[in-house]
Amino acid sequence: MAYLVSHPDEVKIVSKRFGQSAANLDRYLELDGYNAVQKALAMEPDAIIDEVKNSGLRGRGGAGFSAGMKWSFVPKQSAKPKYVLCNGDESEPGTCKDRLIFEHDPHSVIEGVIIAGLAVGSRTGYIYIRGEYRYLSVIMQKAIRDAYSRGFLGKNIFGSGRDFDIYWHGGAGAYEVGEESALMESLEGKRGIPRIRPPFPAVVGLWGGPTVINNAETLASVPHIILGGADWYAKLGPPKNGGTRLFCLSGNVEKPGVYELPMGYNLKKMIYDVGGGIPNGRSLKAVVPGGSSTPCLTADEIDISMDFDSVAKAGSMLGSGGVVVLDDAQCIVKFALRTMQFYQHESCGWCIPCREGTDWLKKTLVRLHSGGGLKKDIDNMQYLSENMLGRTFCPLGDAAAMPTIAFVKKFRKEFEDHLEGRPCPYEKQGVVEQLPVLAH
Amino acid sequence: MPDVNLTVDGKKITAPAGTLLIEACKAVGVEVPSFCYYPNFSLQGACRMCLVKIEKMPKLQTACTTVISEGMIVTTDSPEIKQARKSMLELLLGNHPLDCPVCDAGGECELQDMTFSYGAAESKFMEAKNHRDEQQWSPVVFFDRPRCILCYRCVRVCGEGMDVWALGVQNRGVSSIIAPNKEDHLECEECGMCIDICPVGALTSGAYRYKTRPWEMKHVGTICTHCSDGCKTTLGVRRADAGMEIVRGDNRDKSGTNGDFLCIKGRYAFDFANHEDRLTQPLIRKNGRLTPATWAEAVALVGRKFAEIRDRNRGDAIGVVGSTRTTNEEAYLLSRFARTVLKTNNVDHHRTADFPAFAAALRGKPGMTASMAEVFTAPAILLIGNDPTEQHPLLTWQIRNNVRLHQSRLYVVNSRPIKLRRQATKFMQIAPGAESQVAEFLAGSGDPANQLISSSADKSAWTSLREKLRTEQNLIIIFGSEISGSAVSNIVRFGSAISGTKFVCLGDYANSRGAADMGLYPDLLPGYHPITGNTEFHREWGEIPPTTGLDLPAMVAAARAGNLKALYVVGSNPIGRMNIDPFAFSNAFVVVQDMFLTETAVTADVVLPAANAYEKSGTLTNTCGDLQLVKKAGDLTGVKTDFEIIVRIAEAMGFDIHKLVPFGGGTRADMGQSRGAESGEADRHAVWLEARGLEPKLSPFDSMAIFDEIQRLVRSYDVSRMNLLAGNSQHTSLEHAGPGAAHKPESIVPAKDTLFTSGTLGRYSRALQSVIESHEAKHSEVAAD
Amino acid sequence: MKFSDQFEARFAEMLPHYPTKRSALVPTLLYAQDEVGFLSDEVIAELAQRLELTELEVRNVISYYSMLTTRPRGKYNVQVCTNISCLVRGGEDILHHCQKKLGIGNKGTTADGMFTLEEVECIGACSWAPAAQVNYDYHENLTAEKMEEILEKYKSI
Ligand SMILES: Cc1cc2nc3c(=O)[nH]c(=O)nc-3n(C[C@H](O)[C@H](O)[C@H](O)COP(=O)(O)O)c2cc1C
Ligand code: SF4
Ligand code: FES
Repeated sequence: MAYLVSHPDEVKIVSKRFGQSAANLDRYLELDGYNAVQKALAMEPDAIIDEVKNSGLRGRGGAGFSAGMKWSFVPKQSAKPKYVLCNGDESEPGTCKDRLIFEHDPHSVIEGVIIAGLAVGSRTGYIYIRGEYRYLSVIMQKAIRDAYSRGFLGKNIFGSGRDFDIYWHGGAGAYEVGEESALMESLEGKRGIPRIRPPFPAVVGLWGGPTVINNAETLASVPHIILGGADWYAKLGPPKNGGTRLFCLSGNVEKPGVYELPMGYNLKKMIYDVGGGIPNGRSLKAVVPGGSSTPCLTADEIDISMDFDSVAKAGSMLGSGGVVVLDDAQCIVKFALRTMQFYQHESCGWCIPCREGTDWLKKTLVRLHSGGGLKKDIDNMQYLSENMLGRTFCPLGDAAAMPTIAFVKKFRKEFEDHLEGRPCPYEKQGVVEQLPVLAH
Repeated sequence: MPDVNLTVDGKKITAPAGTLLIEACKAVGVEVPSFCYYPNFSLQGACRMCLVKIEKMPKLQTACTTVISEGMIVTTDSPEIKQARKSMLELLLGNHPLDCPVCDAGGECELQDMTFSYGAAESKFMEAKNHRDEQQWSPVVFFDRPRCILCYRCVRVCGEGMDVWALGVQNRGVSSIIAPNKEDHLECEECGMCIDICPVGALTSGAYRYKTRPWEMKHVGTICTHCSDGCKTTLGVRRADAGMEIVRGDNRDKSGTNGDFLCIKGRYAFDFANHEDRLTQPLIRKNGRLTPATWAEAVALVGRKFAEIRDRNRGDAIGVVGSTRTTNEEAYLLSRFARTVLKTNNVDHHRTADFPAFAAALRGKPGMTASMAEVFTAPAILLIGNDPTEQHPLLTWQIRNNVRLHQSRLYVVNSRPIKLRRQATKFMQIAPGAESQVAEFLAGSGDPANQLISSSADKSAWTSLREKLRTEQNLIIIFGSEISGSAVSNIVRFGSAISGTKFVCLGDYANSRGAADMGLYPDLLPGYHPITGNTEFHREWGEIPPTTGLDLPAMVAAARAGNLKALYVVGSNPIGRMNIDPFAFSNAFVVVQDMFLTETAVTADVVLPAANAYEKSGTLTNTCGDLQLVKKAGDLTGVKTDFEIIVRIAEAMGFDIHKLVPFGGGTRADMGQSRGAESGEADRHAVWLEARGLEPKLSPFDSMAIFDEIQRLVRSYDVSRMNLLAGNSQHTSLEHAGPGAAHKPESIVPAKDTLFTSGTLGRYSRALQSVIESHEAKHSEVAAD
Repeated sequence: MKFSDQFEARFAEMLPHYPTKRSALVPTLLYAQDEVGFLSDEVIAELAQRLELTELEVRNVISYYSMLTTRPRGKYNVQVCTNISCLVRGGEDILHHCQKKLGIGNKGTTADGMFTLEEVECIGACSWAPAAQVNYDYHENLTAEKMEEILEKYKSI
């Protein structure tokens, strides 16, 4: 069970039922549950799409694509069944928000899936939850069963004459499967290798049918938009960045936790006010603002608004909402190595630049961190990352390259400090470097 | 399809809508490098070598997955693209073992070539490389994992192309690995296509590994000598003590109808040629034992004995058994030799299909035989009988990929659930032997015979099949030896009523069709003309005995009765293959031309060591009637081609060989085909010719000399000589065939070969034997559990 | 091959959720593994047959997912996250502590078959780091002492 926190600056929308036993359907109904679906049932599909478009809701899975726009790409007519797929694979290091939604408010996801289905003319949804989240799968499966038992799912939902089915689906440990096309492969019982695009999932997706894929938080936001209205939602954040976000504050902060803050909340404030600052009298070295795939920001780059466009302007990405804070006792080389170890382990291996690039970078980082590095290794890492960037089959390669480029650029000195036999200046005395290799 | 206009590197080009950018570029000579892209297989986009710039797209795009669109502006060469290609190679080489000096693929490796063209001169890599040991997956397939670049070509050719699905991808990331279906070994059809298609040396051939370097071989594109499909195989030959040794068979010459395809036999089963049991000296039975002799001695003996018997007992005391594996020229020559020199019509061969009935049914019908190429494009195919996966691997490849790539409709009628049913729109299982009833039902309008009705195929299923087939256009009907005699005419009658129908009649050996076409029958001359008629052959060949000769069973009976005094067996093993009593010919003078001491050869009085089809030139006709050129690849001192042996025997019989082989005309030089350039054979010929006062210009052993006559007298063989010599297959039809003949169905003895057997020849192929053994070993393991 | 009634019920319920049989593969493999302990040859053959796949195909899938294994593991699979959020809060110390305590390395299993230790990627507990999972149970805000208690507790059940 994850722990809840709170802060006065929070605007609780997606998290408004957290801690209130809303996984219980009766309780959920007391808390406005399933009103949004009923409202949506009375709306024209295009009206639902417009509402979501106008709300400025952008994907919470990482890429920040307009949800309403994505839905509008689904063809009205389709010979093959259409699907809604909720991405609950949550595996981006630094991210732990969908977990809370599934645990505390599973029905809001169900509602979101149904509404998305009504909008695009689908009658089947899947909620994919990563394999490690077994207890959440149990909660979600019960929620689905309960919804069926009340006629909220199945035939003739809410007596509307419309049918809608939702099924749970579970993963088994693979980050890449969070990538939307790999997610579909996994759901179809295959290895999580991404698909060639175009065609995009909205046109050719699961089993060849048009498929809307959204992150769990994105979908859980939808019922609130339907009830509260697009305007209200849009105004919570800066232009084109509607609503709130679950920020997963982690690392070297006094009060880590998942906080729901309005889009555009200041990052510095998030760290020092909401998070209570850096513990043990230490100072801030760097922040990874949106999950491990996003380029880090240095201490003097954090006075920015946490919305998609502002963070992009600052040279990074809002990503999945995982804000990882590093104090000045952290070794950037070690941090870069652990990041690359992750991508090397999680690369699906399909394409050359990602498969080989992550392996090569990891090997170089291991060597460099243990003191066996040469000056040219630093340039070489830069070279390799830049040559992976934008050339891989799916964005995982970019996700590995981008942070590396930032680490090397922004903390070059720290890499140099490790060169030519010098031990890591941050490593505790007496601890021998023995990084266990994640062999598969 | 409408055309699309686009610009590539400033050039305006046009290509049909739906074309992939990489293909559109290739078509106008713009090379876009690729590893994972392979025409006709699913797209991967994995190697990222084909990245190009498309205007309005922020990132470089893969040309292999991009479909061209109107107005597209593409750049395939810029500093950015150069850098992308270079870095891709650097990344790939990072974990590549770079053991090129010992790698089988060294010298013919796409990674080497690509690095040469697009790569970086200096290496940035200084990390330890990932390593795993080499594995043997089957007797013929080895896998060197570190060399693998994960282009997934092998996986696709095995699954999509072969429908075998024996290769998969396991693990992920840098641990990703190509894996065989049985954890540490393969259970598959052993076609070896994965090896050919591998761009590097990750998959290597058990038969060829570490034997030589690619540049030390000469490569000769010729036709496979095993089944009757006629795949082109490229033989790699190397100088050896006793001539030229064939060390490799593969598919680097993709110009045959088989394109990318080769089965285990075409790829590995050339090795019978190097078997240590090969005969290299004539043998003469002396005091009951076969004893080595000289060619002069042996030929003189045979000539004398044949002449004696012919003159004493008349020609019909001599029987001749021809071959289904020798060239058309040899079969034709043998037919002519038998009739005009031996003066006998007792001529037969191992029949595996009723070609005479087929010829009779198609006589006068133009364009009704399908070529192997057409089997890949026909919109619909009806297959009755046979098990092509085992017996006709190329035909199966054509059918399967026609279904996959062109959505052809396949209808299968078979007494067994053959593998091709997986591609079938409709599969009808029937009782064994009911094939002729199917033919009768299809040709008629009534109900299906009771034997055809089963729980899975009731009356209406049969009627609707017939109806469906009648609505097809350009159907190809393929049938096995189960359909013979009147069933053939029924099938042809049925098909002729459907617009555009063509037929394929399936025989079993490399030149079964040619043996039939060249008249190795007691009652038929070349071209299915009756022996009793008054044909051009009667006019040109001189006197031909006027009555039908004995077929093989009748020759056996005659020998038993003491009436058959001599038997001449050319490249055939009737005792081993056709259930003939080994003592049947004990009282006759038996001459056998063969590579090995077969069951038939051990009973002979004279055994003459023959060259095989890889050691000679000439033409072969596949079961569809596609005529193709064979080229001399290997050479073995001591052996002679059947052509040469026949001519020498004729000469030894005192026959004027100018009347047998129209050589010396001077205009039809053999273009070097019959003489291996490496072998010194040309010199030997010159010596022989000069010793006999003959013109050294054209040898009487040059099969091309008689090919002129075949082209003239067997009218369907009148195809473009130029195209033939250029290595293209030339389809022959049966429109101008003679009337054929009705034969007893029992005279057809199917070879019943499987993927891993090949008549007598297969027993001498180590590759085939080792695969059979390994498959049997695995079965007994399972049985023992 | 015999699975529990619960597995069979789940399997029977899941199949009709998809238009193709193989779609049920990944979750089914995990449930089967939970029951048998690992994905034995027998399990692979059985599921391949049920879902109309080749065994190779099933193996290809198994080897892709890091939670699936074809080798037996200890009764308790101790999965310590050392990914970034855990790293900066001492995740590696927890891992090293477990190694010392259990006397095994990464992916090792104790001689008594009780514990397998595994360094894992982010398990979605970043805000409560460092964290570990023992089988499916989360343990968060760990310290070396806390981890030790947890291991003791499992040892005793
Ligand atoms: C390597 C990779 C991993 C991803 N993992 C996740 C994930 O775990 N959860 C998620 O919601 N989206 C993930 N995404 C993003 C998805 O591809 C997709 O954009 C998202 O599910 C769409 O939903 P949204 O528009 O609501 O964000 C990942 C993308 C990539 C490239
Ligand atoms: S970038 Fe390439 S190897 Fe990496 S996960 Fe994507 S497809 Fe797989
Ligand atoms: S050929 Fe295009 S990615 Fe390999």
